Amino acid sequence: MKLLLLAGALAASMLAAPPIVIQNATVLTVTKGTLSSGSILIRDGKIAEVGEKVNVPADATLVDASGKFVMPGIVDCHSHIAADSINEGSVSVSAMVSIEDVLNPDDIAIYRALAGGVTTANVLHGSANAIGGKCTVLKMRWGKDAHDMIFEGAMPGIKFALGENPKRAGNPTGQRVGAANVPPRYPATRMGVEDVIREAFTEAKAYQQSWKDYNEKIARGEQALAPRRDLKLEPLVEVLEGKRLVHAHCYRADEILMLLRVSDEFGFKIRTLQHVLEGYKVAKEIAEHGTGASTFSDWWAFKLEAYDAIPYNAAIMVRKGVLVSLNSDSAELMRHLNDEAAKTMKYGGLSETEALSLITINPARQLMIDNRVGSIEAGKDADLTIFDKHPLSNFSKVEKVYIDGQLYFDRDHDLAERPGHDAEKKKLLDKENEQQRRPAPGVGRRPAA
Amino acid sequence: MKRLCTLLLAAGGLFAAAPTTIAIHNARVIPVSGPAIPRANIILRNGLIEAVGAEVAVPADAWVIEGDGLTVYPGLIDALSTFGIPDAAPVVIPGGGRGGAPAQQPQPVQPTPVAPANSPARGPEDRPYTTSWIRAADLVRPTDRRIEAARAEGFTTAVTFPPRGIFAGQGAIVDMAGEKAGDMVVDDDAGQYVTFITSPGFGGGFPNSLMGVIAYVRQVYLDAEHYRLAKQFYSAHARGTQRPEYDRALEGVLDSPRVLLPARRRIDVDRLLRFSDELHLKTVLYGLPEGYRSADLLKKANAAALVNLRWPERARDSDPDEIDPLDVLEIRDRAPSTAAILAKNGVKFALYSGGIDRRADLIRSIRRALDAGLSPDDALRAMTLSVAEIYGVADRLGSIEKGKIANLVITKGDLFQERTEVKYVFVDGFKFEPVEEPAPPGVRGDGPATPTNDVPPRGGNQ
Repeated sequence: MKLLLLAGALAASMLAAPPIVIQNATVLTVTKGTLSSGSILIRDGKIAEVGEKVNVPADATLVDASGKFVMPGIVDCHSHIAADSINEGSVSVSAMVSIEDVLNPDDIAIYRALAGGVTTANVLHGSANAIGGKCTVLKMRWGKDAHDMIFEGAMPGIKFALGENPKRAGNPTGQRVGAANVPPRYPATRMGVEDVIREAFTEAKAYQQSWKDYNEKIARGEQALAPRRDLKLEPLVEVLEGKRLVHAHCYRADEILMLLRVSDEFGFKIRTLQHVLEGYKVAKEIAEHGTGASTFSDWWAFKLEAYDAIPYNAAIMVRKGVLVSLNSDSAELMRHLNDEAAKTMKYGGLSETEALSLITINPARQLMIDNRVGSIEAGKDADLTIFDKHPLSNFSKVEKVYIDGQLYFDRDHDLAERPGHDAEKKKLLDKENEQQRRPAPGVGRRPAA
Repeated sequence: MKRLCTLLLAAGGLFAAAPTTIAIHNARVIPVSGPAIPRANIILRNGLIEAVGAEVAVPADAWVIEGDGLTVYPGLIDALSTFGIPDAAPVVIPGGGRGGAPAQQPQPVQPTPVAPANSPARGPEDRPYTTSWIRAADLVRPTDRRIEAARAEGFTTAVTFPPRGIFAGQGAIVDMAGEKAGDMVVDDDAGQYVTFITSPGFGGGFPNSLMGVIAYVRQVYLDAEHYRLAKQFYSAHARGTQRPEYDRALEGVLDSPRVLLPARRRIDVDRLLRFSDELHLKTVLYGLPEGYRSADLLKKANAAALVNLRWPERARDSDPDEIDPLDVLEIRDRAPSTAAILAKNGVKFALYSGGIDRRADLIRSIRRALDAGLSPDDALRAMTLSVAEIYGVADRLGSIEKGKIANLVITKGDLFQERTEVKYVFVDGFKFEPVEEPAPPGVRGDGPATPTNDVPPRGGNQ
């Protein structure tokens, strides 16, 4: 809690803050090259100037970053942190549920993500359903209330999932269909997953039509009862109307092609394929659809459908013209996405800038927030991470993280605060141990309300 | 007299007496609605407070109780309970079908035969874990033995709810005495009690996550509004219009003047107040162990809060090597300061017993709140008049004023001192004398089976 208060206080102190100038740093802009000794002027939460020389206002706070590296805040296109629940696994189409309803700004993983240089994350529903729940893009504004973490204006998303997870999840035994007297959940095959998606969109089109009919009747001055609002179908109508981005969990080439064809047939877009470990096999088709791919660097064989993965996946897809990002899917991996990006230089020979793009501007483009974040350019949000060494070195550490020009993580500050936290914790534990020696209030005959 | 005898039997161990007129003479009176009166008379007639004041004359026909050395308080109201509902177990069938009717046979996607009553819900349309039409007023029984223990604690009234389900049912405000159920019910419209239970695992049907429950509750409220409009439309255009399907789940929701939603952490308060705002719900939040961090949100939304007096504690049998994170320790340390902080911030709140059923334990819990800065006056108000105000019955309960129901607690000493003796309890003008509590066993081994106020581990689903 102290941590939270600290971050809150840090953030608050920056609110009406004077401009900040980060000086003498190696600036990795990602989109505009690298400045070996550059400066960044931050004003009102935005990057005001970037260059070898910038204006230094008289009231500016100066941050000397000599020998250090500044890169754009890392964007993670696939995360499951900061939410009190992830999977509504009971049904094959759980589009009625929303991560936004269960955001948890107290999740310590947010602070740890900051410590790994992440400033923005796409928080997704789990992969238990062919069509999963609604997703939300967050900035890692640790210390703020849930709603203040939401990336203002970012397009909302929805999770789809193909393959083993959706066909296994509803099955209570995990493997055997129809065991334990509990009805298995449809679907149990990849064919079934396709069918569920088709059926859902067929329903969604009918639902869309029922509202059109109603609105036309009202426009003609007729009396009519509005259709029942259906929270499951509303987001699918938004997908059909291009107002909601589809992030589809997938592994195998065949199911990837299936989904692209189904989306063509129903007239909607798949914004990103997530994991997409066999994407290298169908990179051309993915690129032709203008669909993005968000994958792992070298994480595979954790289940059957992940056996054909190769560490060259990201690089091959990049070379074939796919918009590629690397994601974490894990609160732990999220803290070193810079290392993950570096691996694509070894496996596939991507350039430094290309590697950095995979965790900055590319995921920002996939999430359609690249006008705000993903690179260091004048006019963009001042979401910046300062590393002590080159971020693509696995010896590098995050020193400071800014979001909207506010300092949300400071390594020195964190280290300095730790003894205080330990003392606070010890005090509370001692107090509690003392209390526990006394008898507890009894609750016997009366069930608790 | 017949009624008196029956009551005696029913009350078992308590002495109940019901003359038509009673005068409490020369007692110290704490009306709650106004300042304390050092010496006053209170006249009770026909179960109501006929008069109260220093100058009030004692009627000739009254039984007189000498109030020297006694203090009279309004009867305490337990703001959230299951009193009077024996075993508190309405039938809840997951996926019981629309309106609670047996679910239709699921689509024959697999050959496995499925018993309809056990089929998991396939979505909100199956109305899982919903018995919104059940009324506590129809369930209460004066024979619930817990009532006697509660009266000995000073509770004369309880707001009682069917306890199980997402939409568990409608609450009632009941007085803690009566020959038959109908005598007890003061108000049958206390609101809809909602809990955030989920089905077990992925095979147990919808919903199995917190966000699923929230989506479900949202869909039900949208459906209820649509249902209301459909019925309205139908009654205006019955001929030629397909009639709306009767749905008792939605009837129950539409019947409820307010909804009680569970909130543990600040984030629960935040999300549920937003949710209530979105759906225009009149919401009362309950639980609130982290209420000390949530006062600003409650104040801003002008929402009422019911604070559980059973403060969160480390489980008695917890692994001594497992150390909770700092924020969990902090919640356990600071939870009792919630009431004081809500009072200071002008949030409308009440305290409820959370199932504490011995007076000494109840007082100890209240004292933790007092030690954390709550004034005794605010504590008393939070267990009397504020409860009545939150449930819209302050015109008849919650204070010692002319015309209100004759529910009183009369003590020798301060109500919130452990050693204070409760001399008399009046419920609807009936007098009860709590008997000596049995000596507490040396070590209590009868702890709760399911604590309600514990802080869940971080990130866990509720």
